[in-house]
Amino acid sequence: MSKPIAVNGDTAIAMAWKQINPDVVAAYPITPQTIIVEAYSDYVADGLVDTEYICAESEHSALSICVGSSAAGARVATATASAGLAFMWEMLYVSASMRTPIVMAVANRTLSGPINIHCDHSDAMGARDSGWLQIFGENVQEAYDNTLMAFRIAENMKVRLPIMTCLDGFIITHALERFEPLEDEKAKAFVGPYQPVRPLLDVKSPTTYGPIAMPEYYYEIKYQLVTAMANAMDVARQVMAEYGELTGRRYDLVEGYRTEDAEYLMVAMGSTAGTVRFVVDQLRAEGKKVGAVKVRLFRPFPTEDLVALLRGKKAVAVLDRAMSPGTGAPLYMDVVEAASQIGSPPRISNYIYGLGGRDIMPEQLSSVFGEIIEGRGERVNYLGVRK
Amino acid sequence: MNLRELTHTEERLCEGHRLCAGCAEPIIARQVLMATDKPVVVANATGCFEVSTTIYPFTAWNVPWIHTAFENAPATISGVEAAYNSLKRQGKLEGEIKFVAFGGDGATYDIGLQSLSGAIERGHDFLYVCFNNEAYMNTGIQRSGATQKGASTTTCPAGSCIPGKREFPKDLTRIIIAHDIPYAAQASPHNWKDLIEKSRKGIETHGPAFINVVSPCPRGWRHDSSQTIAISKLAVETCVWPLYEYENGEWRLTGESLRIAEGSKEKRPVSEWLSSQGRFKHLTKGKFTSVADEIQANVDKKWGELLKLSKM
Ligand SMILES: Cc1ncc(C[n+]2csc(CCOP(=O)(O)OP(=O)(O)O)c2C)c(N)n1
Ligand code: SF4
Ligand SMILES: [Mg+2]
Repeated sequence: MSKPIAVNGDTAIAMAWKQINPDVVAAYPITPQTIIVEAYSDYVADGLVDTEYICAESEHSALSICVGSSAAGARVATATASAGLAFMWEMLYVSASMRTPIVMAVANRTLSGPINIHCDHSDAMGARDSGWLQIFGENVQEAYDNTLMAFRIAENMKVRLPIMTCLDGFIITHALERFEPLEDEKAKAFVGPYQPVRPLLDVKSPTTYGPIAMPEYYYEIKYQLVTAMANAMDVARQVMAEYGELTGRRYDLVEGYRTEDAEYLMVAMGSTAGTVRFVVDQLRAEGKKVGAVKVRLFRPFPTEDLVALLRGKKAVAVLDRAMSPGTGAPLYMDVVEAASQIGSPPRISNYIYGLGGRDIMPEQLSSVFGEIIEGRGERVNYLGVRK
Repeated sequence: MNLRELTHTEERLCEGHRLCAGCAEPIIARQVLMATDKPVVVANATGCFEVSTTIYPFTAWNVPWIHTAFENAPATISGVEAAYNSLKRQGKLEGEIKFVAFGGDGATYDIGLQSLSGAIERGHDFLYVCFNNEAYMNTGIQRSGATQKGASTTTCPAGSCIPGKREFPKDLTRIIIAHDIPYAAQASPHNWKDLIEKSRKGIETHGPAFINVVSPCPRGWRHDSSQTIAISKLAVETCVWPLYEYENGEWRLTGESLRIAEGSKEKRPVSEWLSSQGRFKHLTKGKFTSVADEIQANVDKKWGELLKLSKM
C-alpha cells in the first residue's frame, strides 16, 4: 500500500512526473510554479529519470520546444503560471491544432498589472479557447491525481490534445498537505507507455507538420478540435472511473455535494470548492437547502452533467476567480449557457472573488447564499471589492 | 564533391513550391541539404520559404519538416533534437539524424534572436541557416534589422526627405560568433561549392552551427529574376557580403573574399552593387548620393575589421 506523506502541491506534481518519466521536459521558472521545475531538476541531477530536461530561455521557447519534442514523438511535460502562460499564448493554439498531447501544470496566478504573484484563474481563462483541455484540482491530492489522469486523457487516440492541470497558486502549490501517492509501479502501469502518432523522427515516412492552410481547409482543421473535445468528455469519464477503481478516489467531470434536495447551489473551481462545501455544511445545519458544485473539467465543459445538477433549482451563484471586464466571467457564462437548456432555469448570478490572491472567507460565501436565497444581488457581483 | 555527384543526391525539397521565379531561398536550401546524405529533420520559421513550400494539402518536402511560428524555429528544432537525444538514450530509437533550421532575416535578426541565442547557448546539435534577403518579404518588403542603410522598403520608403532606411544593418554573424559557437559562416548561393562545404561542416559540427546566407529577392530588391546569382556574386565581390567562416575560435576568409584579401581579385566598388537593384535607385543620383558614400565607408570599415580578425 502507498503511504500518506506531506508535501506541497508543486512537489506532488513533480513526483507524479517522476513516476511517469516523460521523455522531455522543457520549462521556464515563474512563481508559484517554480518548485515543480526545481524539484524535477533534482530528479534529473540524481539520474532518477530518463527525461531530457531543457531549461528554456523563455516560456515561449519552452512551449515551442515541447511542441517540437511532441511532434518528434516524445512524451512531454511542462509547467508555468501567469505571465508565463500569457507569453505562451501564441503557441497554445499552435500546439492544440498540431495535436501535441503535452501535459502542462498551471500554478494559477493572476496576470499583471499591477504585477501580483498570487492566485486567481485569469491566466488559465486566457487560454480557455485555445483548444487545450483544462482540469482543475482542489487540493494537493487532486493536483497529483489529475496529473496522472491528464496524461491518459490527453494521449488517448480519440483526443490527442494538450492539457493543463490547474492548481491554485500558493493555496495548493505551496501548502503542505497530507496526500497519498500511488506506488511507482501502479502509477506507471496506469499511465502506460507513450504511443507517438506520425513522429517527425520517423525519417522513413516523412511528415510535414505545421503547413499553411488557406480558407478552404483551415476551418475543417479547426473543427477537428471540436470533435476531439467531444471525445475527451467520454474519455475523461472513463479514465476517472478507472482511476477510482485503482485508488478508491472517485472523481467526476463535475461533482455535486448535497445537491439532491438542494434549492440553492454554489458553483466553484479549484481550492475554493472545499470552502464552499464547508459553508454548505454550516448552512445545512441551520436547515437551509443549499448544495455545492465543483467543476473539475473546465475544457471541454461538461454541459450535460451540469444541466442535470441545475435542473429544478431556484437559484445558483457561480464563483469566478477571474473577470471579464464589461461582461460576466467565464465560468458564469458557461453555466448560464448550460442552464439555457432547462425549461425554467434557476436564477443565476455571478460572484467574482479572490482576484490577485485576495482571501475568500466562509462568512462571505454564507452571505452570498443569503443573497441568492433572498433573491437579492446583481447579475454580476464583485465580492469584497472596495468600490 | 563535384556537380555530377550532386545531381544524383536525393531531392529533399522538390518541385511544386510556389516561391517566386528567381528567389534565392530554394536554391540555398537545396544546396544546404545536398551537403549530407544522412537523414535530416527540418524546422522552418514563418516567412516566404515556409508559406510557399507547404500549402496544405500539398508539401514540397521529402524530409520530415516542422513549422510552428515565426520567432521560434531554433526552439522548435531544440525540442526535436531533445526528443531525439532522449529516445536514443533510452534505446527507443536507432540511427543518426541531423537537424537543420531555416529562417529569414526577420525571423533571425529580429523577432527570433532570443530563441536562436538560447538554443545556441544550450548547445543543441543543429545547423541554423538564415536566408538574408534584408527585409520581411513575406509580408510585403518591410524593413528588418538586416536591411542595408539607404534601402527603400515599404516601412522605410525612400521619400523626398528621408532616403530609405537610416541605420546600418546589425552584424548578426558576429553576434552569433560572440556566443562562442563551434561553427559559424557567411555564404552566398553563387558559390555553391563554398556553401555546400560550409553546410557540411555545420551539419557535422557537434553542437550548434550557424550560416548566414545572402539571399537576393527579385521582388523586394527590384531586380530581374534572371539576376539572382549575379547579384549574390556582386555582394561578395563588393565586400558587402564577405564569405568567411569561424571555426574553433579561428576566423577564415573563403572563396572570392579570400582572393580579394590576398590581392588576386579586384574589390569592386559598392556603387555597382547599389545600381544593380531598384531598392537603391534613389542613391545613385540626386541629393542622396552621399548615402552611397556612407555605405561604401561602412563596407570598407567592416572589411578592414574582418581582415584583422582573419589575420590577413
Ligand atoms: C509573431 C508574428 N509577428 C508577425 C508575423 C507576420 N510575419 C510573417 S512572416 C514575416 C516576415 C518574414 O520575414 P523574414 O523572416 O525576413 O522572411 P522572408 O519572408 O523575407 O523570407 C512577418 C512579419 C507573424 N507571422 N508572427
Ligand atoms: S518575395 Fe522574395 S523572398 Fe519571397 S518568394 Fe519572392 S523572391 Fe523569394
Ligand atoms: Mg527576409
